[in-house]
Amino acid sequence: MTEKIGGRLIKFGDNVNTDVIIPGRYLVSIDPQELGKHAFEPLGPEVQKRLWSSQVVVGGKNFGCGSAREQAASCLIGCGIKAVVAKSFSRVFFRNCINTGLPAVECPDAAAAAPEEGEMWMDLERGMIEVGGKSFRFAPYPESLKQILEAGGLIPYLAKYVLPQQQVVKR
Amino acid sequence: MGKTFAEKVLARAAGVAGARPGEIVDVYPDLYMSHMASWRCIRTMEKLGTDQIYDPDRIAMVMDHISPAQTAKIADDQRLCREYAARKGIKKFYDVNAGIAHVVLTEEGFIRPGMVIIGTDSHTTIYGALGAFGTGVGFSELTAAWVTGKLWMKVPESLKVVIEGPLARGTSSKDVMLKLIGDLTADGATYCSVEFHGSYTEGLSISDRMTLCNLAMELGAKNGFVRPDETTRSYLAGRGVAPGQYGEAHPDPDARYLKSATIDGPSLVPQIACPHTVDNVKPIDQVAGTKVNQVFIGSCANAKYEDLVEAAKILKGRKIAPGVRLLVSPASKDIVARTVKDGTYSVFLEAGALITNPGCSACAGDGGVMADGEVTLSTANRNFQGRMGSYKAEIYLGSPAVAAATAIRGVISDPREFLP
Ligand code: SF4
Repeated sequence: MTEKIGGRLIKFGDNVNTDVIIPGRYLVSIDPQELGKHAFEPLGPEVQKRLWSSQVVVGGKNFGCGSAREQAASCLIGCGIKAVVAKSFSRVFFRNCINTGLPAVECPDAAAAAPEEGEMWMDLERGMIEVGGKSFRFAPYPESLKQILEAGGLIPYLAKYVLPQQQVVKR
Repeated sequence: MGKTFAEKVLARAAGVAGARPGEIVDVYPDLYMSHMASWRCIRTMEKLGTDQIYDPDRIAMVMDHISPAQTAKIADDQRLCREYAARKGIKKFYDVNAGIAHVVLTEEGFIRPGMVIIGTDSHTTIYGALGAFGTGVGFSELTAAWVTGKLWMKVPESLKVVIEGPLARGTSSKDVMLKLIGDLTADGATYCSVEFHGSYTEGLSISDRMTLCNLAMELGAKNGFVRPDETTRSYLAGRGVAPGQYGEAHPDPDARYLKSATIDGPSLVPQIACPHTVDNVKPIDQVAGTKVNQVFIGSCANAKYEDLVEAAKILKGRKIAPGVRLLVSPASKDIVARTVKDGTYSVFLEAGALITNPGCSACAGDGGVMADGEVTLSTANRNFQGRMGSYKAEIYLGSPAVAAATAIRGVISDPREFLP
């Protein structure tokens, strides 16, 4: 997790909900690429076009509120998004990001400072975000979450680290 | 210092002496619920290349969201679940005839005080109605729990909501929650355990407790909680569950809360959540008169037996307005049976309603969707843009009584005008 990630950003407001991120009618799929085609569809084709050429999603307060659908995170991966930065996240959305291998960073100052158009870059290891010529700090992930992200999500993490040594013992 | 419900119950499920807010603990849930996401869990198991299941008795699958299947793809997904459940000896499997997972599992007596329950659905918070800790997770996490039996959880801070009763005439648990969500906003309880206290909650019906805890999700809550009492115990006893089969967890009187909020029942008026966010709440007189094309009485928030009876009281002997569609989707098969038996079902039919099979129905955008520019008054818990069909349609949320009054008039209406 040493290299910087980021790129062009697309910025949203407060309380962006999961039905807007990925409408329920598309949940029949779990393919990130397919889902990506419908990400943010309720907001119209202009927004979608910008999304598809962006690498960072910037949100306001309570980003990803609403349903527990994991596809709200994976559809962004399918769009080529490398990280989501917000003032705050809804808890299930945050977990779904980590578990699908998409870095989600809570950094209110960076989210507020993000311009409508521009770039955002971050260093997850050091907990630094650069946007609009300024840098902002955030608390780096605890080791457990870092490992999940590095493996590419919870399922690859389980396959790699947990299952090989697991003896299922029911408590 | 005393402990909150969340601190106690998570420490217990993690097998540790104590757990304070902010601590991360490995929790072994008592039940893992998956609804239509079940097939995704099964596919994830295949991807993992494992057949190991920690405890099949803790797995519950309910085919509720899009049921019966609308497309061959969905039929195939449901078949996968059906066959997997049979093969793996998953006894808590409920097919497309059963109804909404949350309500079905509660009616079956599987939800008990002191349990920790995860579900692939954000409204898993509803299980707090029985004094359990319920919280939503994604399907990868649920699958991981199938295999390892555990998941990490951050012990949440707690929010104390004190509801003083009795409620004013024409209002219900739904109005309490809409008022609270309007007051605190959609992220008013993010990451928090929301405990409901106050005279209103004492002896309150399980149905109303379910509405409170269900809608706690719309405050961003991690879970909801109503203290178990005689009502809880007798509800469970009625389902063959004796007190020895569960361990209640109660918050201490001196527990520490992050913040608190109060709702004054006697001065409450019917509330409406306006498009497109649940916290865009107004007292009914500010929106009364808004024309609707459809009224939906359904969802895990408000299609329980008591909710249907409440709506039927107003609809009895009346007809819905011409040109308006009234869609009623009872939450479970048992509820359908009860309403057939006591005549509530016929009240809806005679009023001009369309009654669907039990399940999520229009709440999940499964049938009953809207065309461009249409408006629905719904008893569900979400009014997000595009949730029921067109992105250019609007959803207003209200209580079952508001829904009934609105169906009769064809415009958003105050139920108090219909009450004796
Ligand atoms: S009724 Fe609606 S809110 Fe409840 S589980 Fe079904 S889709 Fe979700």
